[in-house]
Amino acid sequence: MSLLDMTYGGPSLLAPEWLPRLPQRWVEMLLQYYHAPEWLVSLAGFAVAAGTVVLVFLGAFALLSLIERKTLARIQNRIGPNRAGWFGLLQPVADGIKMLTKEDIVPTKAEWFLHLLAPILIVVPSMLALGVIPYGREWVPVRLELGLLFFFAVGTLTEMAVFMAGWASGSKFPMLGAMRAISQMVSYELPLIISSLGVIMVTGSLSLPAIVEHQGTYHQGFFPAWNIFTPWGLSATLVFFIASIAEANRCPFDLPEGESEIVAGHMTEYSGFKYALFFMGEYLGLFAISGLFITLFLGGWQAPLPGLTFIPSWLWFFAKLIAVIFCHLWIRGTFPRVRIDQLMRFAWLCLIPMALLTIPAAGIWVLIGGGLKGWLVTIPLLLIPWIILTTIFNRRLAPQTRTYTFAD
Amino acid sequence: MISDLANSSSSAAPALDDDQLLHVSLGPQHPSTHGVFRMNVALDGETVVSLKPVFGYLHRNHEKIAENATYLSSMPYTDRLDYICPLSNNWAYANAVEKLAGIEVPERAQYMRVILAELTRLINHTAFAGFILGDMGAWGSALMYAFRERELILDLFEDLTGARMMANFMRFGGCRNDLPAGWANKVSELVNGYGAFLDEMEDLLIGNEILLARTRDIGALPKDVLINGGITGPMLRAAGVNYDIRKVEPYGIYQRFDFRIPLGGTGDCYDRIMIRFLEMRESLKILRQALDQLPEGPFVHPKAKIRNFKPPVGEAYARVEGPKGELGFHLLSDGSANPYRYRVRPPSFINLTLLEDMCLGLDLADVVVILGSIDIVLGEVDR
Amino acid sequence: MSIFKKWRGHSARRPGSGQNARTTMAAPTRWSMPGLGLFKGLAVTARNMIQSYYRKERMTTVQYPEERAPISPNFRNFPFLCYDGDDPVAGLRCTACSICEKECPPQCIYIVLDRDENGKSLKRPKLFDIDISVCMNCGICAEVCPFDSIYMDGQYEMSTTDRFGGLLLGLGRLAKSADYHMKLRPLEASEVVARRKADEEKKLAAQAAKDAKAKAAKEATAKAAAETQAAAAGKGETA
Repeated sequence: MSLLDMTYGGPSLLAPEWLPRLPQRWVEMLLQYYHAPEWLVSLAGFAVAAGTVVLVFLGAFALLSLIERKTLARIQNRIGPNRAGWFGLLQPVADGIKMLTKEDIVPTKAEWFLHLLAPILIVVPSMLALGVIPYGREWVPVRLELGLLFFFAVGTLTEMAVFMAGWASGSKFPMLGAMRAISQMVSYELPLIISSLGVIMVTGSLSLPAIVEHQGTYHQGFFPAWNIFTPWGLSATLVFFIASIAEANRCPFDLPEGESEIVAGHMTEYSGFKYALFFMGEYLGLFAISGLFITLFLGGWQAPLPGLTFIPSWLWFFAKLIAVIFCHLWIRGTFPRVRIDQLMRFAWLCLIPMALLTIPAAGIWVLIGGGLKGWLVTIPLLLIPWIILTTIFNRRLAPQTRTYTFAD
Repeated sequence: MISDLANSSSSAAPALDDDQLLHVSLGPQHPSTHGVFRMNVALDGETVVSLKPVFGYLHRNHEKIAENATYLSSMPYTDRLDYICPLSNNWAYANAVEKLAGIEVPERAQYMRVILAELTRLINHTAFAGFILGDMGAWGSALMYAFRERELILDLFEDLTGARMMANFMRFGGCRNDLPAGWANKVSELVNGYGAFLDEMEDLLIGNEILLARTRDIGALPKDVLINGGITGPMLRAAGVNYDIRKVEPYGIYQRFDFRIPLGGTGDCYDRIMIRFLEMRESLKILRQALDQLPEGPFVHPKAKIRNFKPPVGEAYARVEGPKGELGFHLLSDGSANPYRYRVRPPSFINLTLLEDMCLGLDLADVVVILGSIDIVLGEVDR
Repeated sequence: MSIFKKWRGHSARRPGSGQNARTTMAAPTRWSMPGLGLFKGLAVTARNMIQSYYRKERMTTVQYPEERAPISPNFRNFPFLCYDGDDPVAGLRCTACSICEKECPPQCIYIVLDRDENGKSLKRPKLFDIDISVCMNCGICAEVCPFDSIYMDGQYEMSTTDRFGGLLLGLGRLAKSADYHMKLRPLEASEVVARRKADEEKKLAAQAAKDAKAKAAKEATAKAAAETQAAAAGKGETA
């Protein structure tokens, strides 16, 4: 039995479809060769699959910290880090060395155990969440029937860890920062979850690979049937994307780490490797939620045109991930921060109603069966409340005319 | 007291015990780049109950040094007062000394002074646009764009005066040296291209809903409070008071130029930002007219003295419309080579006196925005 | 409800656009979608990012120290002393008059006059120290010098690890030749050279005129002395 004798999906010219599965296959074959018991083979394969995902995303985290700085720099008309290595590629290494060699200070008034546990509790759930996302045609680290539910359940653990970090630090600034952070994250969980209900209704399943496969058809032979290209899907996409920016604590919603009375919010009393773990947790959370976004709305690993399936599906996934992360960076480089009360107001009075509206919109879509009739009926259902909400309930955010006179 | 006037009308919190309030010291090191400035804020939850500014971290004895130095020696020190707009400070001081000693300034020097002052207004307001977005957390994009354009003007200053910031260019009776060949053409090119940059910045700022939400209806005060407080400059004009020294008491040759004064409606932070953008466009108009009308001639009064300058006994107060407000110099001379008393009227300092009244009842995040919209420079506040 | 798009009636990309003055804003005439302002901001940053790759005026970073940004010839940093010819001691224009020392605002110049053994001034400085950690680059010393000897240099890479002596420039480091001045600021230097040459020629001409006058006076007195001597000799003969 040849090690290379496993082709999945269609033919692939660029890179093999089965490449990410290779380490797992090798380990399984090795153990089968030595007649290991069945449970050990599957456990070992499982561990290697999980390890592959973790390693890939840790590498991606290191790369992203550099790409973010260089992209922000280009937006600001300057060159980012380019001194440490060719094009600055060794900059993450330099940052890592710096973080590791810093002194680890724990304040005397802090609860040292919770203080230690908080960064770990931020990283681990993000990695757990990364385990249920389908990266390729047959490449899901864990295939769960309730994948989406598991994702959201694990995501809320992160919020508890943020609060734990603030509480355990033992001083008032992190405490306040953590309270703001948790109120932000809790209120943005709701639009996140509610906007994915439309997808669940249309697909009929909570399993993430099933959601991706449901978006695999092509209208008229060339237009992809991704969820973003439907009216309820577009609205849900916008709501989900904005909520995901808030969940990941990125600008313009980065109050927990940006402004809280100047210091870094819940991360104030952390230094050295624990601080690096906070960053890692934040970025891994960003990957996870972007991965979910791609899975739910952008068709996961599906190629946009039927003729492009020779590019392996996991490459498509990562290309879409790069595009979504780029949008995050672009938004970060452009907008100022919102204030905490405006943030809460926006969530409760604007995003949650819009998210709730996607449910009847998706239902009507399924009832009518899609197509032109579906578009004509659901668009007014979504657009008119949006206009009413933003212009009446959110006067602060709505544009308004101002008159400036000139005197001679 | 002005704060009593404001307190009675604002929705200040009832008197809480001191230990129920959270005392925050927005310390001398700021994330926003105004300089070393400290605010002791007492918060009740999120709302500001009291705010006491503490400054003096940059006090450099400018006025006392001037008493022991000659009149010309103080000129480089005026550069360092409001270091974002040094040429305006130079002009204000030169005006004061010329008023004291009765020196006349030739035509070409007057036009040169107007051109430099309006270029200074451009660089100050451009830097302000960058800083205010940085204060609000926009991670420096607008700041970089603003500074990229500002560099073009600073290069012009370097060509003319020899230094980008600390120009030391005005002399009593004119300017220090004449314009180099081709300088006026370079300024023309810059003025023609500046409008496109302002359009781009306005695209970034004007309709931005987040900016609107952060700056609207914040920090507005009634007109009489502002006038009583001695506020001048764009802050006053944003509230709708038509007071610009270039029109009220024209100095130099401002009465020859055709320009208008933009006035705002409410005086909140958004109005202040917009007023500064409109003022920049008016400055471009003045620059165009001045460049067209620039005459030939001497750049300094032929009998102007550099050394052994002893003005007659007397006093003089001269003020200019600096980019931040009314900048005035009050000189008292006893006939010797050193002034007897040298006093600067710093617009940033006087505009700061109403900070507490503007911030009462608002959130802490608003305090930073209001401070940014007053547009202070600590070099001027502390002298 | 309309956003402030109504203010501008022109596009943002024409050169010189946006110059026209704003007028009082009319009543709102057009409703526009809330959220549009955010997209315009995103468009501006995207344009900046893409153009930073191929337009010079967007990407203004200079990779120091491999490249250096060009500085204007008029740029002034710290002072230097000018000497004519090749000898930095004999050709030094400075006469130690101490005017620059008196006029310097932060008092960073320290001059000691060179005197000979009788106490007579040799019209050159024995010590000329400028403390560049105090100097504030104002250029007043160059403005007031009556002997064209101190000018502002354009060197800015002067950092040193020697904390106390490294920033105190003495005559050895301050004296630079007139050729250096010519290379640094050709216009100013050529004007100074021309003026000094004209002054020199005027002085020589005045000296030549004085010499001629002295010689003529001496010849006149010699002739008068010879005449009186001849008259006295003639009188002696007749007696």
